[in-house]
Amino acid sequence: MKQMLFSVVAGLTLSLATSAAHAGSDAVVVEDAWARASIGTSRPGAAYMEIRNTGDETVTVTGLVTDLAKMPEIHRTSTDDRGVSSMAPAGEVEIAPEATVALEPGGLHAMLMQLQRPMKEGESFSLTLLFSDGGEVRVEIPIRSISARGPED
Amino acid sequence: MRRRKFLGYAGAVTAAGGLTLFAGWWRVDGPGAPAPSGARPLPLTKMEFKLTDHEGRTVGPETLIGKPTLAFFGFTFCPDVCPTTLSDISGWLDALGEDAERLNVVFITVDPERDTAEIMEDYVAYFHPAIRGWTGPENQIARAAEGFRATYEKVPAENGGYTMNHTASVFLFDAAGDFVSTIDYHEPREFAVPKIRRAMKEETKEAT
Repeated sequence: MKQMLFSVVAGLTLSLATSAAHAGSDAVVVEDAWARASIGTSRPGAAYMEIRNTGDETVTVTGLVTDLAKMPEIHRTSTDDRGVSSMAPAGEVEIAPEATVALEPGGLHAMLMQLQRPMKEGESFSLTLLFSDGGEVRVEIPIRSISARGPED
Repeated sequence: MRRRKFLGYAGAVTAAGGLTLFAGWWRVDGPGAPAPSGARPLPLTKMEFKLTDHEGRTVGPETLIGKPTLAFFGFTFCPDVCPTTLSDISGWLDALGEDAERLNVVFITVDPERDTAEIMEDYVAYFHPAIRGWTGPENQIARAAEGFRATYEKVPAENGGYTMNHTASVFLFDAAGDFVSTIDYHEPREFAVPKIRRAMKEETKEAT
């Protein structure tokens, strides 16, 4: 009986603790991450994923870190009316409560500049998203073929 | 370079002035309609440029006459749009099956400084075997882009390198070398294959 009471209390405490922890960057879930293989290391690589904010406050991605590339940054590709595409650093990326920001081909992407080793199909690498509240979310990203179009096709 | 910049500005002014018209056109005819006359690529027979394909052969617009053509501009250091376009095209070619052999498919680099014929050869090998990579001297690339009414511009990147802004649409020509339509970057993929088939039909029409 005593033990059961204890586990109920423990359970309650745990759920309180988790709901408190599920705010800010702790409430961020990353899904469907994938990257394209690179040819050697001279060209920048790109990685894609869906970043979902399950919490009730806006979170802000301030940067990326990975040992794969010296300069990982979120970039945005935009295509104008005349079909001209350009690419520029996206700066900080805000994600509203309950919102998802998709890093996908032709839009936002994690641009991996100054690769330290080739990105080989079938391997994976770890990328850490840094948030303005000091939190970090680490993602293991599978490397797909250079001609891949999505996390699975 | 200056001329391209000027063309860019002129284009911007035209775009601003024609925005209302353009919006109307977009809604009425949709993205499937031919490009506005000002931006319409020349027929391949009116273009003049000399490039080298990824196997070292001399090529030009005349190389493309006789089969319908898919052509687009890009560069191999492009991490997002170009591999996406190349994989989209590879997907369309797979969908066309054996008919893909009746097409010319060319990827023309806008970054000849880095994209030598050898680099193009390495790069196109990762995509559908029908895709040819074309490169050449900067002035010839510029002439090709002018003919297609495509634009490109070198943009310094923060890490000391550079990237290229460029027209990302895929241009479709019939077997006679006349421009048929473009497949725009953000167009739903299911529109692409019917458009290619349309360009191929014009070839049959031409032949019969």
